[in-house]
Amino acid sequence: MITKNFKFILPLSIFVALLIFFWFGLSGAHPPLPSNLIDKSLPHFVLPDLLDDTKVVDTHLFHGQVSLLTVWASWCLECQAEQPFLLRLARDKQVNLYGLNYRDDRTDALNWLKQYGNPFAAIGFDDTGETAIDLGVYGTPETFLIDKKGVVRYRVIGSLTDSIWQTKLNPLITELKNEKWIQSSSSFLNQVQDKL
Amino acid sequence: MKLRVGFFCLLIILLTTSSVFAETQNFYQFQTAQQEQRFEFLTKQFRCLVCQNESLAESNALLAQDLRQQIYQMVNRGFSDVEIKNYLVERYSDYILFSPPFNQKTILLWLSPLILFIIGITIMVLMIRQGEKQ
Repeated sequence: MITKNFKFILPLSIFVALLIFFWFGLSGAHPPLPSNLIDKSLPHFVLPDLLDDTKVVDTHLFHGQVSLLTVWASWCLECQAEQPFLLRLARDKQVNLYGLNYRDDRTDALNWLKQYGNPFAAIGFDDTGETAIDLGVYGTPETFLIDKKGVVRYRVIGSLTDSIWQTKLNPLITELKNEKWIQSSSSFLNQVQDKL
Repeated sequence: MKLRVGFFCLLIILLTTSSVFAETQNFYQFQTAQQEQRFEFLTKQFRCLVCQNESLAESNALLAQDLRQQIYQMVNRGFSDVEIKNYLVERYSDYILFSPPFNQKTILLWLSPLILFIIGITIMVLMIRQGEKQ
């Protein structure tokens, strides 16, 4: 009797298990990919400043402070959704916000900022997308959390929401702010070089 | 009569479905035929991370276009297949490879079909033996 039920239940439970796997697997929803840069230094880049083409945005500026770098574009609809939250973050000054304008037209980008607001202290203009490739960016918006040493500690895929801020970013940022950072002579020289 | 109708149906099906083999071609210029072959081979090996079931060769996504451009430049500049692969994996992790590498992390992935097969055969043998006993 037991073996008869077993012969019935085993294939059925395997079928149900497969059903569940296929349901999730074929749903088309992709889990966010972890960044390959976690715990590695942010790759060095020097990009034109979106707002002032006589200036540049250099990754040396991340040294000594905890920062968020948000990858966005004027053609990215989801980026509009996170602007109110980013503006609030900028106003509350809890972390330094920087932008990477990805594969965009300068005029379109500037107009977009006028319409949706500009929470960023500086924005690098990556029109070819080569810098984004170095960062392993595969969609917009994405936000990188960078510590005082310029090391990437976290990446958010999709728009930055209050929920992600509360559960993932804010606790980590609080920790990172308490990290000691001693300015090395090489990074000091780089900063002096930038200002000259 | 039925044969002719059947023949025409088959003809129409073949003519219309053969166009499904469309690939996005940007018509890159290469110095040698070998370079072009390498480019085609390489772009089929890597996953488009935006449309994750498609290769870089097939996908229309912006990232796929940019990465094809990058691969093209690297092939032209004489980078090897291994160097190009490392370049992409360094930025996008092993997930960009369609074929996962064989290492400590992925050994279970590679061996699980074999393991499942052995389990299946074992169950089958046991059930046959049980059937014989009755």
